[in-house]
Amino acid sequence: MKQGARASGAKLTKRIKIMAQLTLDKLNKRYNDKAVVIKSLDLQVNSGEFVVFVGPSGCGKSTLLRMIAGLEDISGGSMYIDGTYVNDDTPSERGIGMVFQSYALYPHMTVYENIAFGLRMAKMPADEIARRVEDSARILQLEPLLQRRPKDLSGGQRQRVAIGRAIAREPKLFLFDEPLSNLDASLRVQMRMEIAALHRRLGSTIIYVTHDQVEAMTLAQRIVVLNQGNVEQVGTPLELYDQPANEFVAQFIGSPKMNLMPSTLIRAGNAESVVKLWNGKDLTVPIATPASAEGKKVKLGIRPEHIVWGEVSEAPYLADVLFVEHMGNETYHYLDNGKHGDPWVVRDASRSAIAVGETVGYRIPPEHCHLFAEDGKAYPRLVHSNGEARVGANQVQPVSFSNRVGATPIH
Amino acid sequence: MNPKSPPMTGVGALPAMVPASRGKRSLQARRSRSAWLLVAPTLILLAGVAGWPLVRTVFYSFTDALLDAPHEYLFVGLANYLEFADGEAYGVLADPVWWRSVRNTLWFTFVSVSMELVLGMALALLMNQKFRGQGLVRTAILVPWAIPTIVTAKMFSWMFHDQYGTINDLLLRVGLIDAPLAWIAEPGLSMWAVVLADVWKTVPFMALMLLAALQMVPSDLYEAARVDGASAWQRFRRITLPLIMPAMIVALIFRTMDALRVFDLIYVLTSNSEATISISGYARNQMVAYQEMGVGSAASVLVFLMVAGVAAVFLRIGRFSEPREKQS
Repeated sequence: MKQGARASGAKLTKRIKIMAQLTLDKLNKRYNDKAVVIKSLDLQVNSGEFVVFVGPSGCGKSTLLRMIAGLEDISGGSMYIDGTYVNDDTPSERGIGMVFQSYALYPHMTVYENIAFGLRMAKMPADEIARRVEDSARILQLEPLLQRRPKDLSGGQRQRVAIGRAIAREPKLFLFDEPLSNLDASLRVQMRMEIAALHRRLGSTIIYVTHDQVEAMTLAQRIVVLNQGNVEQVGTPLELYDQPANEFVAQFIGSPKMNLMPSTLIRAGNAESVVKLWNGKDLTVPIATPASAEGKKVKLGIRPEHIVWGEVSEAPYLADVLFVEHMGNETYHYLDNGKHGDPWVVRDASRSAIAVGETVGYRIPPEHCHLFAEDGKAYPRLVHSNGEARVGANQVQPVSFSNRVGATPIH
Repeated sequence: MNPKSPPMTGVGALPAMVPASRGKRSLQARRSRSAWLLVAPTLILLAGVAGWPLVRTVFYSFTDALLDAPHEYLFVGLANYLEFADGEAYGVLADPVWWRSVRNTLWFTFVSVSMELVLGMALALLMNQKFRGQGLVRTAILVPWAIPTIVTAKMFSWMFHDQYGTINDLLLRVGLIDAPLAWIAEPGLSMWAVVLADVWKTVPFMALMLLAALQMVPSDLYEAARVDGASAWQRFRRITLPLIMPAMIVALIFRTMDALRVFDLIYVLTSNSEATISISGYARNQMVAYQEMGVGSAASVLVFLMVAGVAAVFLRIGRFSEPREKQS
């Protein structure tokens, strides 16, 4: 059978060198030759890595995940799992486990049957099925719920069953399609931590789709920012935060959004550049710009937490406060900027005494500035913040899933 | 107990639990009262059009009334059903034609409903796929269902005509038969003619009932099953079938009850042939053709008991599959 030959071939390649778990090579998705949803996408996901696809709705992230799962056809390019070409494989042949946004639990089956379904379909011996179902039930604390039906479970429990169903198959690749978006806020935070803990524990490769940049920042070892079927940037969460490759990433990552101030580049340089701000004042920033860009329009980006208050009498810029939002642990101030788009947002990490209507003075620290060309591309920043390579909850050295005792991947 | 304190439990809906002071009825009691008021017209109407005729039919089944003089009757006990006199059995239950009609009806019901279920399921699965012109097909498929039964019967009686019928013509051309068949007159074939006409007419109903059920099954369940490695057949068997079972049972109840009461199609297609006579046809013959109101009523009561019995069995099956309901 072709499947067997392929599997042994994959094992061989694995022994020779550690392959990327998932390789996407110029992957394309078109509908009717017109609507291109995924445009020639290249990506490598390493074994044990937690990668998050993030982007606004309609950016193609779910389509991409479904293509990886084998639920959508691939229009062009190739896809490899463990070095094996899988374009024409069915979802189960690819050895993936998937958690759907709606959980997609089988309503007429108990939790046990839901988890066991895929194993039964694989004609696994009954004692192996029982062992695997009990294993995943223990990992996810589902043991007391095994005989219940999905309708008798809470949202968070259903979510765990959906994850348990994916775990039991011991897949090479876990795919999560916006798994937390149907949960309420506090449960979402809890499940986020559970998923991170699960990844640490299983060390499996996870691809996780979300539109929520907070989820992306907190869970990912690497984030892939997608927009209109293109990869805008791939990097660790803090890389994306500190060194956004373009205006889109800068605005998408971080909340509240980065302020973008219309400016003109008046002097280019390798070490520093001078821009004339929207208010006519000059600002020297440690950002490298090519001479060819001199005189062109640029946008100066500064994150809300980086704008610094100053005395009205001394500060270089003044503005009226339009709104103040008190979050308790932080305060957002919205500053009138005339007619230059959204008001500037200033975030204070503490309580603020500033009132609406007040005139405030503020300063823009050059070392925190970003500069974007007219086409949205970022000019390289010369000052690096510390901790860019730091990743969140998933720091621990990953263990490959297939190393687990007694694990036999299902095909 | 303080009469003004509200009832502690929902049992307060029962009038007996309402505080005796009659000052202000509990909310539960008032709601239950208005519920009865709202249901009352329906109950009265049903009692008038279904309950009373049923009672009268049962009543007449114990009499020797004739159709042209229903007011002159004598009670004959169970004689219309079964009576032994001079070593001979009389009554409906002793009539071989009655038992013939029971066999005919059960055979007709079983074969036609089974065929409708299989074909209806196939059509529903097809229509559940996305394709161009889906709306048109769904509308077009209703045409046989919309045609009055009499018209269907007349249409099929021409199609089955031994000399001019299209069906014989078609079979002759294809070479399946070498002489025309007397579909309607031949006792071995006439029941099949009736079944085919009924299947043609009612498959759309079955298909649309099942299609509605299929559309309630979330598509991501199928995707999850694909990820779980289930084949197309396994997805149908393990996911689709259990989830549409409640709707399927309802559709089967409808169709079975209809089929058990079949009369017009058979009467128009094959008139009073004993090869195809149904229990309703038998009752009608006794009542109208032979003017035997008492015997006809007895046959009608037996028809009612049979239909009700089958419905009860189905409802029982439906109850068993109840836990397998949709996700809330």
